[in-house]
Amino acid sequence: MVGLEHYLTVAAALFVIGIFGIFLNRKNVIIILMSVELMLLAVNINFVAFSSFLGDLAGQVFTMFVLTVAAAEAAIGLAILVCFFRNRGTIDVEDVNVMKG
Amino acid sequence: MTEADFNIVLPEVILAVFAMAALLFGAYGGKDKTAPMILWASAGLMALMAVWIGVSGEGTHTPFGGMYVDDAFSRFAKVVILLSGSAILLMSEAYLARRGLLRFELPILVVLATIGMMVMVSAADLMTLYMGLELQSLSLYVVAALRRDSVKSTEAGLKYFVLGALSSGMLLYGASLVYGFSGTTLFSGIIQTASDGHVSLGLLFGLMFLITGLAFKVSAVPFHMWTPDVYEGSPTSVTAFFATAPKVAAMGLFARVLFDAFGGVTADWGQVIAILSVASMFLGAVAAIGQRNIKRLMAYSSIAHMGFALMGLAAGTAFGVQAMLIYMAIYVTMNIGTFAFILSMERDGVPVTDIDALNQFSKSEPLKALAMLVLLFSLAGVPPLVGFFGKFYVLRAAVDANMTWLAVAGVIASVIGAFYYLRIVFYMYFGEEGDGIDGHMTPVSWAMLMASAAIMVVGVANLFGIEALAAAAADALVK
Repeated sequence: MVGLEHYLTVAAALFVIGIFGIFLNRKNVIIILMSVELMLLAVNINFVAFSSFLGDLAGQVFTMFVLTVAAAEAAIGLAILVCFFRNRGTIDVEDVNVMKG
Repeated sequence: MTEADFNIVLPEVILAVFAMAALLFGAYGGKDKTAPMILWASAGLMALMAVWIGVSGEGTHTPFGGMYVDDAFSRFAKVVILLSGSAILLMSEAYLARRGLLRFELPILVVLATIGMMVMVSAADLMTLYMGLELQSLSLYVVAALRRDSVKSTEAGLKYFVLGALSSGMLLYGASLVYGFSGTTLFSGIIQTASDGHVSLGLLFGLMFLITGLAFKVSAVPFHMWTPDVYEGSPTSVTAFFATAPKVAAMGLFARVLFDAFGGVTADWGQVIAILSVASMFLGAVAAIGQRNIKRLMAYSSIAHMGFALMGLAAGTAFGVQAMLIYMAIYVTMNIGTFAFILSMERDGVPVTDIDALNQFSKSEPLKALAMLVLLFSLAGVPPLVGFFGKFYVLRAAVDANMTWLAVAGVIASVIGAFYYLRIVFYMYFGEEGDGIDGHMTPVSWAMLMASAAIMVVGVANLFGIEALAAAAADALVK
């Protein structure tokens, strides 16, 4: 029987992979965008699992909002990335370093 | 959802309709030629809404099934947000126009971000919180990259986007855990689960993730790394906006979550906030010493100021919230004046951000130098200026809540921080001869600078009565 814990474990694993994808990745900014999506999807699994477990619809409504916002976020992220590429000619993470911080 | 519900959110609805209409008008009415008109209309409408909310609002309303709340706290924050947004728009017009950045999208994005902030400070449900926060953040990512042909500006946008998205993810993960372990997304439901002084481990984890996400948004240490780069890379008028309204909104949201949803377990988050506060105050004070770029310097200054504001929250009392609100109102006023000046810093038409350029400034412009002196002393918290009273309130809140160590740390940090503010004053009055700056100030910016400096002096008498307003706001939040 697949219970709530299994879903939460998968979601937690995906979430952590997403975070590590952002911090360990030294190659490409696109991978960061993918990692962000992974984190948001992990959260969605959490919401749907809790929603089904609690028998409460609010979690699924929340998921719909998260999906919509994630799409908008990806669009804006890619737009900024395109502008950055035009100026810098590269999207390597190591080259995002004009300002040190 | 009745008509009464919509009447309560009317200011937000009006601003949203205006933003859509302005977008259509701009797109079909001649693109950037309409920009000055849209900018003035946006600023005027925002100021009008601030007055309306400030004058007409009363009582506490919870429309839309309790997902939204309109009370003294949200009204106080909204008035500060709207007025500061309006002021920043007005004073940045000339700066943007001179650099060919006066695009009609900018005021519209600022209005949309402002609506997001208004939703944030009125959130009474995790969904409302998330939607408000994202409306604000998504608009701000775009304005950070406003100068799209500049490497610095697009890099600032990219960094802000990546770290902002990460923090939203953290916040959402926290929201999902809170939902799962309390069974509801309504703050009023969550506080019932967590009211008897102890919370389940899952709920505590959720709270910590929420705090992490929010700490990113207020740029509290150790989640501050985006701030200096974004402040430096963005066009200065955008930096001015970042340093004011979004900070108030994020602090307001922070207070909402901590008190509306987790007000029953003050002890569980008080220490965490206190640590964030100490770390922010010290890092902000120490790291700014090495900065020569005034925008980066202001970034560290804002980190330090957020540390002080968090001190008020860490106290976990109504007085602490009152102190936080007063502090934020004063902080925003000082920053508007300071950025009005920074916007005018240029030499031969090129913006200058190096603080060495201010050498001997008092010789050429004694009045402006005097106004900056007052503002910088006030930012440093030198008595008897208004900035000192902001710090005094949060320190008293910490002492009253038996967090004397926090107050002592705050005093030490503020003494260290005074160094870099006073250094700028030293350059202006006793610096070596240098190239100097020849920037001409527009009448609007000049008025903002002088008004803000005058408030820092005159406000000493009674703080313009915001004390009582902030107290009413805090009482509405902390029951």
